[in-house]
Amino acid sequence: MSLLSKGTDAGAVWVDDRLGSSNFVRRSLNKVFPDHWSFMLGEIALFTFIILLLTGTYLSFFYTPSLTEVVYDGSYVPLKGVTMSQAYASTLDISFDVRGGLIMRQIHHWAALLFMASIVVHLMRVYFTGAFRKPRELNWIIGVALLVLGIAEGFAGYSLPDDLLSGTGARIAYSIALSIPVVGTWTAFLVFGGEYPGVAILDRLYSAHILLLPGLILGLITFHMMMIWYQKHTQFAGPGRTEDNVVGSRLFPTYAAKAGGFFMLVFAVLAALGGLAQINPIWLYGPYDASQVSAGSQPDWYVGFLDGSTRLMPNWEIAGFGYTVPLNVMIPTVVLPGILFTLLALYPFLEARFTGDRDYHNLLDRPRDVPVRTAIGAMSITFYLVLMIAGGNDVIASVFHLDIISMSWVLRVSLFVLPPVAYFVTKRACLALQRSDDELVHHGIESGTIRRLPNGEFVEETVPLPAVYRIALTGVESDRPQLEGATAHGEEGKPKGPGYGDQHVVEGAPERVPGFFRAKRRSGPSDTSAPRPEAAMPELERSGKPAPPEQ
Amino acid sequence: MTTRRTSEQGTSVQKTALRRRKRASSYGVVLMALAALGAVYAVLLAPQSLAQEQEQEQQEPANQSMQVEEGRQLYLNGCSTCHGLDLQGGAGGPSLIGVGASAVVFQVESGRMPLHAGVQQAPRKKPRYSIEEIDALAAYIQANGGGPQLPEGDLTDGDLQLGGALFRTNCASCHNFAGSGGALTYGKYAPELTPASARVVYSAMQHGPESMPRYSDAQLTEEEKKAITRYVRFLAESGDVGGADLGRYGPISEGLVVWVVGITALVGLTLWIGARS
Repeated sequence: MSLLSKGTDAGAVWVDDRLGSSNFVRRSLNKVFPDHWSFMLGEIALFTFIILLLTGTYLSFFYTPSLTEVVYDGSYVPLKGVTMSQAYASTLDISFDVRGGLIMRQIHHWAALLFMASIVVHLMRVYFTGAFRKPRELNWIIGVALLVLGIAEGFAGYSLPDDLLSGTGARIAYSIALSIPVVGTWTAFLVFGGEYPGVAILDRLYSAHILLLPGLILGLITFHMMMIWYQKHTQFAGPGRTEDNVVGSRLFPTYAAKAGGFFMLVFAVLAALGGLAQINPIWLYGPYDASQVSAGSQPDWYVGFLDGSTRLMPNWEIAGFGYTVPLNVMIPTVVLPGILFTLLALYPFLEARFTGDRDYHNLLDRPRDVPVRTAIGAMSITFYLVLMIAGGNDVIASVFHLDIISMSWVLRVSLFVLPPVAYFVTKRACLALQRSDDELVHHGIESGTIRRLPNGEFVEETVPLPAVYRIALTGVESDRPQLEGATAHGEEGKPKGPGYGDQHVVEGAPERVPGFFRAKRRSGPSDTSAPRPEAAMPELERSGKPAPPEQ
Repeated sequence: MTTRRTSEQGTSVQKTALRRRKRASSYGVVLMALAALGAVYAVLLAPQSLAQEQEQEQQEPANQSMQVEEGRQLYLNGCSTCHGLDLQGGAGGPSLIGVGASAVVFQVESGRMPLHAGVQQAPRKKPRYSIEEIDALAAYIQANGGGPQLPEGDLTDGDLQLGGALFRTNCASCHNFAGSGGALTYGKYAPELTPASARVVYSAMQHGPESMPRYSDAQLTEEEKKAITRYVRFLAESGDVGGADLGRYGPISEGLVVWVVGITALVGLTLWIGARS
């Protein structure tokens, strides 16, 4: 360690002689990041993006974004002599004749799917732990922008090979643009350079896919991370952790080694997928021909919910004065995502408005401690999942021998019935979990020892929860006996709620309004004064072991 | 009148059966091996000399009537309960007059007939009859009412590239781009094509079973049907160069894999790293 520090220092001096930045470098290397597994989910997105850039660069060496017709003369026999676009022919060449081309294509495509999946998982972590609260609302919005850009980037890439699936997707995109009233036709013409398919779209998608969108994504990722750097990462409550500090590992060497290792693991998973599982076999789809369409033509998963909403939408149209407003396309593919992404982007402000909470929050919530937020999250996920299942209803019906019509009806009903059910179930589950935590905090751990009192009464002895776990559960750090700590926590009339963090509210901050979001925890019983012998604590693992403070 | 038809239109079925017998003697070893993969395929692939053809034709009438008689017995035992003693049909099944040998090959060789229960759509099963028995049944049906029948020769003797283009135009919209099947309305479905033999694929186009359209020789010529058959068999036999095929269902299974395998593995790894820090 001292050797490492020495090396670091020497390096810093070298740089400082030239840039005068040793102070910055030293501070940067000493920057502390909190340790928690869930803080690495965003890293998956970052690492897959790097892999996407690397593999994508390789693919761009060999891909030709041209609709010029050529006669294929490559290694794939069933298409030999077939007339196709240069784009498709060059993608076939990448798959069959370029060294390493197929595995690069497959890793690239798997990475794209994983990129979007990791963004969603990361988003869920940020949402359920309340990491989006002040002062991080802007970073939340950047995150939502990255999600939307990722979808656009993925769609552009999906369209590039110009196989039957790509073309079907582009055709649907064209139709979605057409469905917008008044400006739809002109929008579609503008984007496609005329009637579908036109000759311009592929060039445009290519520029967007390799330059514009990745540039934007890279820029926003940089901004996203600079904000984390500046605002510091949030952390869960634990010993020594307050609203005003960060407890964890230094960037160098611990965190850097951890992140570097994790990058290798992400690459390994992607390489395994790319090498072992076939993705988008464009040679089976064949060249795009507007007269053909295949069963099972689906978008990649992150657009699947829009396919699903379209499938569930009744066939409604408004026609009059020589115009048709195709509600059956416009509502599920333009209006719905518009509403969903707007709500998502504005959520931090909506919640703040609803709770009146204007405090700074650097400590995270446990999902159970904010039952309403958690329940809204579960409700939204359920809604999304129903749409996603609907997007694959034909394949599901085919594989499981179901009737696709009844399936559509079941899903239509589910879309409106299941989310509220998920809301109530989740909320009740959160409250129940809170109570079980309270039980641990106030009563301690059941030791299994029954003692008979002199008056004949039987009591079960409990073991007090060790401080490390108590702090993780309550956020209350105190050396006082548990009874007092518990009382402070559950004080009647004070809107402390579940709240860790409540003890560390920034000086002068207004009291939080109790209520809807932070459903009040039942205040703890007061009979915790019985003497508690030390004993084994079998239930401790349940709450997870918080890391000991490292600095 | 019925007998007349028998001698004229039962010919091809008759020939097929006879050829098989010949090969058994001359290319016994080869046939044994190929029979394991699909006896029909092997039969139709073998070259036939003119002399053999002539020799065969002399033996035909006798063999033919024997085959039709064998088919009649099989029919009466296995099929007549539903389709009627005189092929006239009944409450349990449609009339078979005029459906042709091709329909028999499709339904019986794919195991769909005999039907085991009244369901939305006859499912593919393990065939109940041997190829010889199927040919006999087909000869009997063909002899009583005629109808489309399989052409002679190798049914996969078509142009692969043409077959691919025709497959994507005519078949992929229901059977999926790789023949993995797809859902139709009210519990019906376009089945997966991988298990279908060349004879079944070809006869399906001629016969148009269930919801499938019938492709007469005017819509798709014999050459085009053979090209499609070749492409379907190619899809079934060609491996997947990119690794596990994931059912060839398209982006649905890919999305499932990325969540169930990819993200799950990585979240597991974050837990592992998190537990060690």
